[in-house]
Amino acid sequence: MRIGVFVCNCGTNIAGTVDTKKVAAEALGFADVVYATNYMYTCSEPGQQEIQRAIAEQGLQGVVVAACSPRMHEPTFRRAVEKAGLNRYMFEMANIREHVSWIGNDREANTSKAIDLVRMAVAKLRFNAPLFSSKMPVNKRLLVIGGGVAGIQAALDCADGGMDVVMVERQQYIGGKMAKLDKTFPTIDCSSCILGPKMVDVAQKENITLYAASEIESISGYIGNFTVEIRKKTTFVNWEACTGCGACMEKCPSKKAADYFNEGLGAARAINIPFPQAIPKKAMIDAAYCRQLNGKKCGVCAKICPVKAIDFEMKDEIVTEKVGAIIVATGYDLFDHAVYGEYGGGRYPDVISGLQYERILSASGPFGGHIRRPSDGKEPKEIVFISCVGSRDASVGRPYCSGICCMYIAKQAILTRDHLPESNSYVFYMDIRSPGKNYDEFVRRAQEEYGVQYIRGRVGKIYRRGERMVVQGADTLLGVQVEVEADLVVLATGVESSLGAGELAEKLRISYDQYGFYMESHPKLRPVETNTAGVYLAGACQGPKDIPSSVAQGSAAASKVQSLFAHDTIETNPQVALVNERNCIACGKCIQVCPFGAIQWKELRGGIKKAEVLASVCQGCGVCNATCPPKAIQLQHATDNQILAEVNELCA
Amino acid sequence: MKRVAYYKGCSLEGLAAEYDRSTRLVCEAFGIELVEIPDWNCCGSTPAHSYDPLLSAALAGRNLAIAADQGCEMVMSPCPGCLKSLKGAQETCEDPKLRKPFVDLVGRDVDGMKTVSLLQLLYEEVGPEALQKAVRRPLTGHTLIPYYGCLLTRPAQKAKFDDPENPVSLDRLLEATGAAVPDFPYKTECCGATYGVTRNDFVGRLSGRILDMAERLGGEAIVVACPLCQQNLDMRQDQINKYRSSAFHLPVPYISQVLGLALGMSPKMLGLDKLCVSPDILLEDRTQDREAQGSAG
Repeated sequence: MRIGVFVCNCGTNIAGTVDTKKVAAEALGFADVVYATNYMYTCSEPGQQEIQRAIAEQGLQGVVVAACSPRMHEPTFRRAVEKAGLNRYMFEMANIREHVSWIGNDREANTSKAIDLVRMAVAKLRFNAPLFSSKMPVNKRLLVIGGGVAGIQAALDCADGGMDVVMVERQQYIGGKMAKLDKTFPTIDCSSCILGPKMVDVAQKENITLYAASEIESISGYIGNFTVEIRKKTTFVNWEACTGCGACMEKCPSKKAADYFNEGLGAARAINIPFPQAIPKKAMIDAAYCRQLNGKKCGVCAKICPVKAIDFEMKDEIVTEKVGAIIVATGYDLFDHAVYGEYGGGRYPDVISGLQYERILSASGPFGGHIRRPSDGKEPKEIVFISCVGSRDASVGRPYCSGICCMYIAKQAILTRDHLPESNSYVFYMDIRSPGKNYDEFVRRAQEEYGVQYIRGRVGKIYRRGERMVVQGADTLLGVQVEVEADLVVLATGVESSLGAGELAEKLRISYDQYGFYMESHPKLRPVETNTAGVYLAGACQGPKDIPSSVAQGSAAASKVQSLFAHDTIETNPQVALVNERNCIACGKCIQVCPFGAIQWKELRGGIKKAEVLASVCQGCGVCNATCPPKAIQLQHATDNQILAEVNELCA
Repeated sequence: MKRVAYYKGCSLEGLAAEYDRSTRLVCEAFGIELVEIPDWNCCGSTPAHSYDPLLSAALAGRNLAIAADQGCEMVMSPCPGCLKSLKGAQETCEDPKLRKPFVDLVGRDVDGMKTVSLLQLLYEEVGPEALQKAVRRPLTGHTLIPYYGCLLTRPAQKAKFDDPENPVSLDRLLEATGAAVPDFPYKTECCGATYGVTRNDFVGRLSGRILDMAERLGGEAIVVACPLCQQNLDMRQDQINKYRSSAFHLPVPYISQVLGLALGMSPKMLGLDKLCVSPDILLEDRTQDREAQGSAG
């Protein structure tokens, strides 16, 4: 084989601590290497042309590029060698940037390690063989997981493009956190007025199938051909029949059920439609509070229901959907402030979360939009807002900024003044973070036009004095301690990853960070893709986000799906396991270990059994390869011979 | 019988001798054998750690080493300041960089030792339930204020006990005696600490606040577990009254004295007569008033 080696300087990224000239010179001495050089930016257009020129002039049959991580530019170089007439798998990459130059300053050691990596890549390449992909049809249906504003936007965009969309929402209703908000910053437009029509669209579009009160049970398959099992949780109400009239709610005698929609501020009935604009507008029974389901005599709802929709015997149901792409838009949850002992640790009813205050402000909330405090229903006069509760605080494991709190506090303070002109609002803040169109102007308005008192400093303690709460903190601009007697304290509770985000990520085979937020494929250049082909991200599941960003991401993910679905077929990945039938002893171990069910029995003439890999299902993990006793099953492009060749070079 | 090494520290030799006496009595009543560390030395206190952290660790560590030689796995110190020094010694011994110099100075490692306060020992080894069963003279009808001070549960990563900002262990133990225990917002606020010596206006303000809040909540006594807090709140109460032009008269007994009382021990044995503000009000038996109180309330 005639091999060419191209060592990239990457400007000074690599050449700064690696002698790339020397690496190239050494490479010339490796077996089969007939050409080696270093280049300023190998990934640039002239850099790629240099490779193509060398392939033509030197008659190269294989190419090694020693540069950055293959995650970024392996596809780039594969395309380049393919254009010059080589098979794209006759290419290897040695990572001498992330694995060498960026992690050490010792030029000599770095150069030596880079030479080793190039030697390994060359050794592997000598065992490479051309691989060819086949074409698979694309199932042009989309699954959207999560029915918040990001998921809704993605679903509507794709449905508008004529695609079939399946939406799965864990709650009984769609709309997510935004449905609970009263108004939105920086325009103070009513949240349900702008979200409501979109929710209705989801319900009315014929090409959107909505599964509310449902969760993802399992996901199998791959880009273009996913099979998804959805668990429709039992609602004890036949939603086909339910008209959403609400008669059952009125008569339900269990009046102290948890009111999740109002963040625990009110009380719901055991059978409930959470809010008037709910989509789907269907009732659901909370089994924890239903008298009938807890062995007491009741059944009032079943008697009153005009369409006989109540079914106490209902069980969870699993439905299967086949889709070609998945958009994950599972959103976020709110930090639980109970860990802050100094703020009462959840003991004081008048120390509430930002979302609870949102419900208090809302006309469909527990107090009909009149600001009252939870403990005694009195109108508060002095209201204190505390920012960064569960944000930017490493001591509670949340070092990141939630990004939305500064803005929502300003909004809530403005609304408070609108509702109660005689009231005074105080905001304890660390820094004001308001980058965004018209955001800083909005905060200014809160301070200058609405007279909200901004106090820069942390609060050290909140305690009760009579009927009021004393908020004790520091004013770091004046360098004094301050105490505010407040009727109501609103904690700007931060954003954390959605409950169960980790388990869902494992089902999707996508990665997540230490806080449970899903990892995008590249933080700048692939913000809505994941490293699992065909799975895209939208909204706060990827990190804290406000509504405009979530909507933008929803549309971005939708456009990615539309470009995928613009093709009728996709190329399969040929880097899958392959059985050499002559060596297969039919022990069946590979079938047992395959996590994807990609291996099955095949019968040859005379009833001889052999293992067979379903190339379209195989994910190329290599577990079968490691397990197979006679090494009959080999993962293409990472065969035993290829890996041993690398190891031999390393140990030579 | 549980064997626990006892590091009493200098305060309990002098000003807080009653803390020492009552601690021994209460532990004995619950079957905890306190083994006083032979030839113990000063923990180093503030001067040592502000001069040289390794010296501070070695001074405190020597006591741990002796305790370990005695075959004890747990060391209890009633003084939160001493406890912090002991924990500092453990931290130094576990630090890969400081371990060798520490062991060279102390003569051995102090791995695997558990260091606790009197409060933690009573809360974890005895507990409110067992305490409640052992009560002979219930404090029903009395209102007691639990005051932890700054060090008992902090810094959180060192103390590893109770909630650092809203601790409740002392509340629970006092409730077990039958007393009413209000939610005390200043339970972890600063008393002024050693500024009592150099700037007693600080103590006037800070301890004054604590006394004021305790009185507002109807407290009859502030129960403490730190000799320094006790000094500032009790011995300096007159100074505080002068500074604030107030007339506080709140006894400040130690946790061990209050529990001892509830267990039926004599006030004299517990050293209640050593307190500056007389705690006689706690000796009133109000168990019979219960009904009267109930109807009045």
